[in-house]
Amino acid sequence: MAQAAATDHLETSTGLDNRKLLMWLFLASDCLFFGSFIAAYLLYRGRSVVGPYPEDLFDIPFTSVSAFILLMSSVTMVLALAAIQRGNVRNLRIWLFTTAMLGTLFIAGQVFEFTEFNHEGLSLSTNLFGTTFLVLTGFHGAHVTVGVLILLSLFVVSMRGGIQQKDSLAIELAGLYWHFVDIVWIVIFTLVYLIQP
Amino acid sequence: MTLAEYRKKRGEPLIREDADGAHDDKHPGALEYVQIGVILAIITAAEVGLYYLDLDFTLLVAMLLTLSVVKFAMVVLWFMHLKFDASLFSILFAGGLALAFVVFGVAIAVLRGSLT
Repeated sequence: MAQAAATDHLETSTGLDNRKLLMWLFLASDCLFFGSFIAAYLLYRGRSVVGPYPEDLFDIPFTSVSAFILLMSSVTMVLALAAIQRGNVRNLRIWLFTTAMLGTLFIAGQVFEFTEFNHEGLSLSTNLFGTTFLVLTGFHGAHVTVGVLILLSLFVVSMRGGIQQKDSLAIELAGLYWHFVDIVWIVIFTLVYLIQP
Repeated sequence: MTLAEYRKKRGEPLIREDADGAHDDKHPGALEYVQIGVILAIITAAEVGLYYLDLDFTLLVAMLLTLSVVKFAMVVLWFMHLKFDASLFSILFAGGLALAFVVFGVAIAVLRGSLT
């Protein structure tokens, strides 16, 4: 216990917390990860020789609602952080759970969308659009799923009294990951769904 | 000289991210977060509205990309706190983003012409 307390107050060579530094490094590397899939989608856009094509499948009103849900989950996430930074554990739990539920709703929407597309004949091997679109949005969905699991884990820990004001960094790190997933969707929503040559 | 010593020499505060109440003074409050959320929702609605307007394609792309960049910047600066946190975090993230832009921008430019 005394050792753990001593570790909490170790000075680092940067003067910054190494855990937060590591999270930002991870997010910077994830830019390259998603950049590769977005580049592949843009590179092969309009080169499918067989259907179905994006204009046959995309349901913009539906995807807009999904985008709105994920965007609002970023607001609830940052409200969770604001709550714990002020020592309000009750509000932390409310906002954490709300964020996890909004994330789950987004995933449910994506599962529905993929199922509908599959019924229309789109799969990973149908055409270039199917391959690049499903890999890009599928990996994003996997990131959201991991985020929801992290949020639910933190919610359970907080219900057991394991998160206090001094532990706000844990919430901030989860928040950084969650907001990153949101900004990736901001890019995907515009480049993939709204801009169709 | 370590970065911590450099920051101290320049008069920048050493931030202990895990210290009690370390964020209270430099991060916005709940009201400001909600206000930003409302702005983001309005921009999203504007994007969808633009999609349905019969605009010139180049103009549409320019407007959608601009709105997207604004949303991206607002989330990164306020919700991810880059506006308030140490500049090293901004440098790291901007570095990754810039590298992705350059690498994949060049890849698209080079490969697009070779695809038939």
